[in-house]
Amino acid sequence: MIHLQNICKRFRRPDGGWFDAVCDTSLSIAAGEVFGLIGFSGAGKSTLLRLINLLERPDSGAVIVAGQDLTALDAKALRRARQQLGMVFQQFNLMANRTVAGNIAFPLEIAGWSAADIASRVAECLEIVGLTDRAGHYPAQLSGGQKQRVGIARALAPRPKVILADEPTSALDPKTTQSILDCLKDINQRFGVTVVIVTHEMHVVRSICHRAAVLDAGRVVEVVEVNGAEVDARSALARSLLEAA
Amino acid sequence: MEELTFAAALADLASMAPEIWQACRETALMLAVGLAAAITLGGPLGIVLYLSQPGQLFANRWVHGLLGWTVNLVRSFPFIILMVSLVPLTRLIVGSTIGPVAAAVPLSFAAIPYFARLVEQTLREIPRGVVEAAEAMGASPLQIIVKVLLNEARSGLISSLTILTISFLSYSAVAGVVGGGGIGDLAIRYGYYRFQTDVMVAMVLLLVLIVQIIQFVGNRLAARLDKR
Repeated sequence: MIHLQNICKRFRRPDGGWFDAVCDTSLSIAAGEVFGLIGFSGAGKSTLLRLINLLERPDSGAVIVAGQDLTALDAKALRRARQQLGMVFQQFNLMANRTVAGNIAFPLEIAGWSAADIASRVAECLEIVGLTDRAGHYPAQLSGGQKQRVGIARALAPRPKVILADEPTSALDPKTTQSILDCLKDINQRFGVTVVIVTHEMHVVRSICHRAAVLDAGRVVEVVEVNGAEVDARSALARSLLEAA
Repeated sequence: MEELTFAAALADLASMAPEIWQACRETALMLAVGLAAAITLGGPLGIVLYLSQPGQLFANRWVHGLLGWTVNLVRSFPFIILMVSLVPLTRLIVGSTIGPVAAAVPLSFAAIPYFARLVEQTLREIPRGVVEAAEAMGASPLQIIVKVLLNEARSGLISSLTILTISFLSYSAVAGVVGGGGIGDLAIRYGYYRFQTDVMVAMVLLLVLIVQIIQFVGNRLAARLDKR
């Protein structure tokens, strides 16, 4: 589903030097998989995720999603491709002046759906994340966990092939974290949506990922398989992350 | 000058009612034209200022720098000097340099950069992540401007418009000095130049009342639109 080929991304540091956020990284993520990107702060995991939908444009390399090289698309075609890639954020990034239903409707309005189709799809998504009774509330009236459910429903609404989740549980308490992870897992299993999830917690990887890439200094150190709660890790870094969890 | 009694003052003002009403209409006209120009030209200018700043959708140092410099330039002029310097332009556009319509030209000219800065500042308060989320969903720049930026900033934009309206109510009094007319002009002509203190006091009270109403309506509307 997702192939990153020899991706490099550098950022200009305030002192004028360059910071290699991602160096010469290749990664393949299969359709229907829940794939983790794990590493310590500054390892380049969020940048790698944002390269998948080209929120960050790579300096070199190809980003192939569903057989399409996104780096080769013009602005309009890229916008259409992005409608197939839902995104969930650590800080939710909901629109404060839109209701829950209005936030979920947003990507559908953008994609040009009819009002009737939007209404029925929004109701479906609210049901999936269990917020039917909050449709008319504004984000300010919701708890953190509820906000993230709206974020997930919004990402899911246009029936994307992939959902990119950037530390979706890092702003939440442990109990809420588990319910959000269950929600993502449920969506993956019921609808076959590929999920790529960035996290610094091995417990997130254990609880929902099939595989995970361990990142350090912009490079993939190891791709680990997760069987049940067992993580088969060889690298010292992966082991230290396991122990930290 | 005779001793001024309250009754005499009232009779004096009553006899001036048609002129006061005329002044109100002139002020309303100047404000309407100035605010319309501010919204239709200053609003988009403010959006461009915001979008061209570093880290935004259309980050462009040159466009941002040039527009910012121009806005600052116009805003540096003391209003009365701006008005005088714009006399040729006013004559070109309106065909006259006297009256509320003529005064509306420099008022608009000053209101456009003023409102542009207010819009830019208001838009800056929208979290970058919200705009980014819309980008990630495949929203076009126009959709981001209309559905995200303006909608998320709507309460702040109403507050900005309230500030602008009140500032320009007092600018319009200055416009009166060069024959623009209006409430402030009436206060100056009758009250200040002709020592009709009652007229001056009454006009200032009228302005106080108008300002209170504008601020009240602005606050209520902004609060109602704010769901944050």
